[in-house]
Parts: sequence; structure tokens; C-alpha cells
Amino acid sequence: MAKKTAYYGIFAALAILMGYVEAVIPMPVPIPGIKIGLSNIVVVLCMYVMGTKEAFYISIVRVIISALLFRGFVGLWYSLAGAFLSYGAMLAVHKLKDATIIGVSVTGGVFHNIGQIIVACIILGRSVVLYLIPVLMVSGVAAGFAIGIVSKYCLSYIEKRR
Amino acid sequence: MKKLDFIIIAVLLVCAGELYFSGILRPGSEGAYAVVYVDGEEVKKYDLSKNTDDTVTGINGTNQIRVQDGKISVVSADCRDQICVNHLPINRENESIVCLPHKVVIEIENGGKNSIDAVVQ
Repeated sequence: MAKKTAYYGIFAALAILMGYVEAVIPMPVPIPGIKIGLSNIVVVLCMYVMGTKEAFYISIVRVIISALLFRGFVGLWYSLAGAFLSYGAMLAVHKLKDATIIGVSVTGGVFHNIGQIIVACIILGRSVVLYLIPVLMVSGVAAGFAIGIVSKYCLSYIEKRR
Repeated sequence: MKKLDFIIIAVLLVCAGELYFSGILRPGSEGAYAVVYVDGEEVKKYDLSKNTDDTVTGINGTNQIRVQDGKISVVSADCRDQICVNHLPINRENESIVCLPHKVVIEIENGGKNSIDAVVQ
């Protein structure tokens, strides 16, 4: 139990820290919404190291705390939608026996972006930002792939040391 | 990395391509007007052929917008993320500049302009 609590703390702290690092790095792209999704490394890893339920808690805690710390209330709805949708999609892929951490991460990246677009449409009351979906799907695949590779190496490192 | 990972990636990319090339979610032809919405309500309309500078008052702040050379852009805003300011100038239908903190949306509308060109193309 104590070990599990410690893991929760470490993963949550790492996820929040990753979110901060990402907020500090400016993304030099003219299209809103393109990002790497560093904190997803932690969520994906958590899914494999601790379990799917635990990854869900970490994801929610991360979103709420980093919204309070760095982004504010509007950002919270945004991130929550992205986190919920991407978690759901990642869970589905995770359940498939033949998918690896890379497939999970790619799915997460894409659905995170889709979730955010949907909330942006609801908040703005206009469907205009939908045209960003194809671009953000491609960027989600690219970012998710990179995150997946990093997670894969982290995972084999963690598993060796357990 | 297994076969299923490649399949997932391929399916997602094909979906994105399909959405884009089917034309549902793609920037259209050049528009004649830029319409500004605040919180879903139309507040201003600009003729893109006339250069102007103006201030849009959104929720909790303002955005300075500029119409120049047939395109509209946001030159400055007092929002925290500055996404609207970093956005490139726009002039095509379906394109938009969004300032989420202020709930400001700039959209392009085609007032029948370029319809002949479109046929020739």
C-alpha cells in the first residue's frame, strides 16, 4: 500500500512537471493546438507499470492541478475533455493484446486533440475550429509516436529495475 | 512495435486525409468579408479589400485586429496564451482565428466574390 502511494505521488508529480516543461517551451507553429504532450509519457507509462485505473487517477489529478497552477479555469475544461477522450481511446487500444505502448500513445495523442477541439466548439458556440481536426490528427500521430518511443525505453528501464 | 501499431497509425492518418481531401474540413476559396463573433454572437464585419485597424472587445479583454492586403490578423491581445496573435493572417473560407480566453472568433465569409474565378479554375 505504502509503495503504491509512493508511486502515485511520483507519477502525479512527474506528470505535472512535464506539463510545466511543455508550457515553458514555446511551439513555433501558427496552428493552435499542436503540442508534444510530454505529460502523456507519464500517463502511458503508468498504464503499463501501475494499471489502467491508476493511470486514470493520475491523468485527472494532473489535469486539475496543472490547470490551477498554470492555465486557469477555461483551460481546465479543455484539458479535462482531452484527458477523458484520450484516456478512453488509450484504454481501448491497451486492451488489445497485439498493440504496444506506441500504438496506445499515438491513439492518445490524436484523441486528446479531438477532445480539445470539441470543447473549443462548445465554448465558442461556433463549429469553426473543426477545420483544424485533420491537421491536429496528423500532428497527434507524430507527437504520439515520439512519446511512444520515449515511453517504450522508459518502460523497459523501469521493468528491469523492479 | 507490432503490426497492430502500424495499422492504428495508418488508420488514423487515412481518416485525417479523408476528412481533409473530401473537402468537409478544408480551407475554401478566398472570402470577401471577415466576421467577428464574441460568445457566439456576430459583432462586427469587415470588408477585406479595405485596410483597417480596429479593436474588438471580447469577454474579459480586447483584441487589436488588422485588415491588410485582403487578409485579417490579430496584432495584439491582452489574453494570456497569445494563440490568436501568433496565428497567420487568414483570408479563406473555413479558416478562423480564435481567442478562447476572450471567446472571440474571426471567420471568413464569401460574399459571392470570386465565383467566376472559381468556375475558371
